[in-house]
Amino acid sequence: MLKVDNLSIQFGGLKAVDDFSLTISEKQIVGLIGPNGAGKTTVFNMLTGVYKPTSGRINYKSKDIHGFKPYIITQKKIARTFQNIRLFSNLTVLDNLKISYGFNTKYNLLDSVLRTPRFQREELRIRNASMELLKAFNLDGKAEEFARNLSYGDQRRLEIARALATEPDLLLLDEPAAGMNPQETHELMNLIGWIRDNFNVSVLLIEHDMKLVMGICEKIAVLDYGKKIAEGTPEQIKNNKRVIEAYLGETDEGGMVVNA
Amino acid sequence: MKIYNKLILNSIWIVALFFGLNYSLETGIIDSYYGGIIMIVCINIILAVSLNLIAGFTGQLCLGHAGFMAVGAYSSAIITGNLELPFFLAIIVAGLAAALISFIIGLPTLKLKGDYFAITTLGVGEVIRGILINIDYVGGPRGFRVLPETTFAWSFFLMILTIVVVRNILTSSHGRNMIAIRENEIAAEAMGVNAPKFKVLSFAIAAFFAGVGGALYAHYNSFIDPATFNFLKSIEIITFVVLGGMGSITGTIIATVILTFLPEIFRDFQDLRMVVYSVALIAIMLFRPKGLMGDKEISFAFLKKFTSGKKQSKGGQINAKS
Repeated sequence: MLKVDNLSIQFGGLKAVDDFSLTISEKQIVGLIGPNGAGKTTVFNMLTGVYKPTSGRINYKSKDIHGFKPYIITQKKIARTFQNIRLFSNLTVLDNLKISYGFNTKYNLLDSVLRTPRFQREELRIRNASMELLKAFNLDGKAEEFARNLSYGDQRRLEIARALATEPDLLLLDEPAAGMNPQETHELMNLIGWIRDNFNVSVLLIEHDMKLVMGICEKIAVLDYGKKIAEGTPEQIKNNKRVIEAYLGETDEGGMVVNA
Repeated sequence: MKIYNKLILNSIWIVALFFGLNYSLETGIIDSYYGGIIMIVCINIILAVSLNLIAGFTGQLCLGHAGFMAVGAYSSAIITGNLELPFFLAIIVAGLAAALISFIIGLPTLKLKGDYFAITTLGVGEVIRGILINIDYVGGPRGFRVLPETTFAWSFFLMILTIVVVRNILTSSHGRNMIAIRENEIAAEAMGVNAPKFKVLSFAIAAFFAGVGGALYAHYNSFIDPATFNFLKSIEIITFVVLGGMGSITGTIIATVILTFLPEIFRDFQDLRMVVYSVALIAIMLFRPKGLMGDKEISFAFLKKFTSGKKQSKGGQINAKS
């Protein structure tokens, strides 16, 4: 479904991502891991149009989406969450979700000024769809709370719900487990699997929590210094020498970890 | 059905308010001096509520609102004075002319993020004034005589129209997109919001009503000159918005009413009048840093909660229905 070919981006003299290629098929959960500063979020930002790649191609559903604006990419059914939560914190939980339905509304400015039946119908549809989604995420009891007053875990889940409200086919999660305790991480793992099955989406996730990545991803790509150094199933990645080197430092000839 | 009941209820008290004020004005219960101030209040509310749409709700600070007011004032004055066409046509043209100019300015500047927009609009306001000084057709710096066409009914009902239109836009998907841009532009774009488009839309609607306000002002004052629409006029309107609360329509209305009347009430202080006015501003900002209302709205639901002693913590401005 998504096919990324030789994606590179250069900031001045720095090649942040170099020749990155990846394919994601339908309903697949793919992990993107690597040490800090390896360029994982930069890959996300290129996929969602925040950065324009210097070279390479992004093919989504056999259409080239390279260089599109972020809101057009979302409308073409790729949604994302952010590493540092970016909710509309002064709005209610319900309004946070309603905004995601914005680009799909079928009434114009005149309808909203005159409150036509079409407006009423669409608003009711948006409201019901939002509430249904909130119910699925167990947030319906907090629909009228301000987003900033939610607990950290709830904010993370609201961000995922908000991304799903744009009705994507591919969901990009940027460190969804950051700051969560093992219990919450375990729940998140089940949640991601449940989202894939219920919303029929493919998932690409950046994560540092190896338990989560190994537990749920069908395919893992490893980035180090902007280059993809490995790709494969969790088992293959666990035993990949270059991955271990990237995470733990180079081994000497005797196989001892020198720079742990 | 509930919606229509609310609509009827609101219409009744608005019409009652109008006839109450109108009766008092005609029979002299309110003298013509205060009658004039009430008209200025109506015009100021139009200007402040429209500015709040772009500055408070969309989060793009516009420092040139007086410029759009000037465009409206002069274009409407030409239509009624030189072309001798009816007043309602002049009001529509005034709004459209201001909206057109804002559209032309907004298209390139609103694509940028950050403070560029504030600086640009500051410049645009001064440019419009500079151009008007140099057009002899409208009197240049000598000013321009305008027919006194603005009645209390015109200003009152156009004020109501402005409030209703802005409120209805804000409680729709278009308004939610605008508020999302204010809250977090990157996240808004990631949720499919075409940020430049909605910023330009918000700016054009705000300028439209600024133009309407300008037309009303010109035909109330029956004389306009470019100096009226200087930077201080823009700042005056921003003061109403900031004091009322960026992101609260009712707050803006309350602040505008208070601040327009305040200099009159302080008339006893004579020379110290403006000092007292400034101290009042500082005091409000110290005790209510987010403005009188913050981003809350006064509505029947709000009042009910308030009187029952429950802390107002639920429900944002989008859902608050008045």
